[in-house]
Amino acid sequence: MIGLQHYMVVSAILFVMGVLGIFINRKNVIIILMAIELILLSVNINLVAFSAFLGDLVGQVFSMFVLTVAAGEAAIGLAILVIYFRGRGTIAVDDVNRMKG
Amino acid sequence: MIHVLAFYLFAILVVSSGALTILSRNPVHSVLWLIMAFFNAAGLMVLLGAEFIAMLLVIVYVGAVAVLFLFVVMMLDIDFAELRAGFVNYLPFGLLIAFVLLAEIVLGIGLWSAGPIELAQRAAPVNPELSNIQAIGGLLYTRYIFLFEAAGIVLLVAMIGAIVLTHRARGGVRGQNVAKQNRRRPQDAVHNVNQPVGQGVEL
Repeated sequence: MIGLQHYMVVSAILFVMGVLGIFINRKNVIIILMAIELILLSVNINLVAFSAFLGDLVGQVFSMFVLTVAAGEAAIGLAILVIYFRGRGTIAVDDVNRMKG
Repeated sequence: MIHVLAFYLFAILVVSSGALTILSRNPVHSVLWLIMAFFNAAGLMVLLGAEFIAMLLVIVYVGAVAVLFLFVVMMLDIDFAELRAGFVNYLPFGLLIAFVLLAEIVLGIGLWSAGPIELAQRAAPVNPELSNIQAIGGLLYTRYIFLFEAAGIVLLVAMIGAIVLTHRARGGVRGQNVAKQNRRRPQDAVHNVNQPVGQGVEL
């Protein structure tokens, strides 16, 4: 029978895959943003699984909030990407050091 | 039996599409694999009985976010082969980090299942008489109304931020000036002239 652990393992693998995606595609911001979406998706799976197995609906409400934040983050991230590309003509992020922060 | 089969189908597909999202050579393929991952995650959530979140995932992620990604990938003219240059160099360190993280999380899950949590009190217990969407709607519009409104404000700020960031004022565009049009009177625009014969018209 499928238990909570199964869902947690799927979500853990997806989370780790998102982190790995950030590491190996270090130059390509678009893929990095997609990897962040994968991480947030795994968090959502975890929240919904706990909500279902513990019989408490708050997890699903919170999962909706995470979804909202993910959508906003994608919109702002892609907007920043577009203006960065407009100014530089490339989206390689490993040389974003203009501000010397 | 069918439940177990469906779980493994969705789980394997979501994990493999996630892997292909970060590994594909072409970012357009990456976005399409991401959409596949979202669909299968929605399947997992249907299996869990959270139909509303599953539908939200399909509508919001696939319908809006993934299409936004696709739009940006296709709009920007980028040499993606060049961006992939350090891929092999970053792989060992990334795999190391990923392995350590996965080991930690799986260890955590193992420890957690050694002594399961019993909730003393549920914040919003599931009512078996209500459907999932009714129950969530009832919670969202009563007890969690401020959370719901905060989500709306987050979306509003994101929308305004994206517009402000990408908007640029274009020079040389002749727009309509409504106030100027309304200020214009007939005596400013038209006048009658008793024009003598044989002379030019003064405008």
